[in-house]
Amino acid sequence: MNEAVLDVRDLEAGYEPGVPIVRGASIIVNKGEIVVVLGPNGAGKSSLIKAIAGLVPISRGKVLLDGKDVTAAPAHTMVHLGLAFVPQTENVFPLMSVEDNLKVAGGILERRQAPARIEEMYAMFPDLARQKRSAAGNLSGGQRQMLAVARALIVHPKVLVLDEPSAGLSPKFVSMVFEMLSAIRKSGVTILLVEQNAKAALAIGDRAYVLVEGKDRHEGVASTLWDDPVVAELYLGQRPLKREAGGAA
Amino acid sequence: MMDLIGYAAFFLTAALIFSLITLGLNLQWGLTGLFNVGLAGFVAIGAYTSALLTTPDDPARLGGFGLPILIGWLGAMVVGGLAAALTGYATLRLRSDYLAITTFGVAVVVQLVALNAQPLTGGPFGIGFIPRPFGGLAETPLLFNLSNLAIVLAVTLAAYLALEHLSRSPWGRVLKALREDERAAVSLGKSARFYRVQAFAVGGAIMALAGALQAHFIGFIAPDNYLPILTFQVWVMLIVGGSGSNIGAVAGSVLVWAIWAGSGALTSMLFSPEQQARAAALQIVAIGVMLCVILLVRPSGLFGDRPRRLRAAKAAPSAAPESRGP
Amino acid sequence: MSLQFVVDGLLTGSMIGLGAIGVTLTYSILRFSNFAHGDFMAWGTYATLAAVSAIGALFGKVAPIAPLSFGWPLIVALVIGMAFTALLALLLDKVLFARLRRQEQAIIVVMGSFGASMALRSLLEFIFTSRPTYFSRAIQIAMPVGLGIRITPDQIALLLLTAVLVLGVHLLTTRTQTGRSMQAMSQNPALARVVGIDVASVVRVTWIVGAALACVAGVMIGILVQIRPFMGFDILLPMFAAAILGGIGSIPGAVLGGLIIGLAEAGAVQLVGAEWRAAVSFIILMAVLFVRPIGLFGVRER
Repeated sequence: MNEAVLDVRDLEAGYEPGVPIVRGASIIVNKGEIVVVLGPNGAGKSSLIKAIAGLVPISRGKVLLDGKDVTAAPAHTMVHLGLAFVPQTENVFPLMSVEDNLKVAGGILERRQAPARIEEMYAMFPDLARQKRSAAGNLSGGQRQMLAVARALIVHPKVLVLDEPSAGLSPKFVSMVFEMLSAIRKSGVTILLVEQNAKAALAIGDRAYVLVEGKDRHEGVASTLWDDPVVAELYLGQRPLKREAGGAA
Repeated sequence: MMDLIGYAAFFLTAALIFSLITLGLNLQWGLTGLFNVGLAGFVAIGAYTSALLTTPDDPARLGGFGLPILIGWLGAMVVGGLAAALTGYATLRLRSDYLAITTFGVAVVVQLVALNAQPLTGGPFGIGFIPRPFGGLAETPLLFNLSNLAIVLAVTLAAYLALEHLSRSPWGRVLKALREDERAAVSLGKSARFYRVQAFAVGGAIMALAGALQAHFIGFIAPDNYLPILTFQVWVMLIVGGSGSNIGAVAGSVLVWAIWAGSGALTSMLFSPEQQARAAALQIVAIGVMLCVILLVRPSGLFGDRPRRLRAAKAAPSAAPESRGP
Repeated sequence: MSLQFVVDGLLTGSMIGLGAIGVTLTYSILRFSNFAHGDFMAWGTYATLAAVSAIGALFGKVAPIAPLSFGWPLIVALVIGMAFTALLALLLDKVLFARLRRQEQAIIVVMGSFGASMALRSLLEFIFTSRPTYFSRAIQIAMPVGLGIRITPDQIALLLLTAVLVLGVHLLTTRTQTGRSMQAMSQNPALARVVGIDVASVVRVTWIVGAALACVAGVMIGILVQIRPFMGFDILLPMFAAAILGGIGSIPGAVLGGLIIGLAEAGAVQLVGAEWRAAVSFIILMAVLFVRPIGLFGVRER
């Protein structure tokens, strides 16, 4: 039996009371897995993981992290509890140096551990080491994504949650980002990510959920999901799109 | 009895002049969401402009030009409107706080000019002999007070009706839309800014007109009439009445002026002359606390229509609620 | 033109700059212009004055420290005043600003601060009356230091104090975890929470630093000029202008902005007379808004 790191049960969440965007979604992420959440635009994917990260108010359901109920935990405590979140946009502090971005995130580590952990990040992302003094706002899109991921990893999270890590990147960087995630998983980190780029995400994922109108409608093994007729209808058949509220932050 | 009617007329005249200022502020803040913390400056500009235009020639300073009162009022509106337009033009492309700070500065500078530009403003002693409408009736105070009230009433009513009409016009609807979403207002660029500058200028002109009315009603002006406390009083009037509502602006002004005048009379009865200044300070403390309490407890005031912004409905995550849960 | 205006300008500029640090921090981290900041200054000064009197009552008359006009009681009292001012700011945040912030309209908070400013100032006037008072009535002899410039020992001490405080705050915000958290909050509050920063504690630090420096600036005014309930309100416009000139959110900017405005004011006093002093900051403010609204060290708002 697999051990669930993140267990989301029947979650209902939204920015305004009475207007849920996520309407009863259930997701399980097991230790060591990469789980992908797919779905058409406006399905509430982004709101779902923001709700998990504590950024969107939850009106029903539960979020269990390592068996512990964290449904009501304020956003700033999530990273202490072991859930590190990488937002889709504006995911670095643009006026701070690369090093300060890492230091501010390393603030929750023990004081003595932080410098060594930052060095580990530099070893993992040599690009960042070369640019440690430059302002994060001056990095390229791909490097910025790298910094955001490094910033999240620095705290040894139990699960790394990413909101469309490939959004807005050029194709070259897209494959780079997915290779990076694949490598991170190999080092033992559990990953949950939301993606538009279904093909690339399924290529590195173990399992995937398809979210439609705020509910998980289908679940399957990533490698075969692409050929599943239900997915083709739900996801590729793309019904008329609604704009995803709060999604394009 | 006659005294009482006379006093009532006097009180109402003062209150209605405040109402006129508050109506101007309501156009700026209530309808358009522009924060003016220097309105005393615009009132002063109106008062001084009209005084300068209408007083008899005075060798000690520039003018006066002895023009008819109506010209004075018109001039007050033009100059006040221009000053407001300029202030708005400088700041409305920036975040709303910059407008607040700049208007605050306008009031400081107007105060400074009133005090120091003696050849223009008469300095600390101000300007006297401002012609009063129906000055010929001054012998019969009751009739004089009532006729003053009639004029102020007529002007306020006209302003009220015009503003009601404006707020329902397409122009007013655009302003309201811009008020609801400052981000959109800024991103709409030049045209949105132009609308807001217009609203700010019209509001400034109304305040200046109120200043002129008051100058001609009292017959004498000095820099002391236009201290920050005036700005503060008018804000309390608008917030009590309810920003966004013209009727609220008028009702709030009359109510707060009644409280102010009443508590002023009370303190002058209860406290010895040397304690008067202290008591007056306490009066301001009370009004300041009242403003904060209303903002906390009932931000829409008595008649306000300003809806509480839907919680982070369309805002970026930075505006998302601090914690989660229902 | 005598070069004396440089000393006068640097002193005025120090007071403005120390005050502007609080203004700029409140604006960039709490996201509103605090019209009550000047009144924190005045309250801090009166608190310090009260502490000096209390110490005087307890320990009798204490001789001043050699060339200065004041002794250790004022230094101790200043620390007490700073703590008091910080508490006052925290209290006001709890009962007023924090609640208004939840309405999610920045300008409502500004309005609340305007109301609080009136109430705080008038309360001081009620307690202490509007008559000016002084820390000391002793007249200090100004020493000539060349180039026609004269300076008193008090003035030298206060300039040094300003330099030390500014350096301290600069190090706090750039070299410590607390400071990085403050920067993070001002750049992206949502992301700050994601990386585990406790917003409430950053807000507390912001108020404490801003209020304590406001108290120091107020006491400087008290030592060099006089103590009045309006002392803070009168310096509000220069503080705002300094914060905007320096670039909102920048601490070195706020200080440099303060010094520029202080020097410009002192120069204007020599050229056109003291009565026009207050117009200087308005002119500088308007020039900045027209030419470079993000200020000297500012960055474009996202």
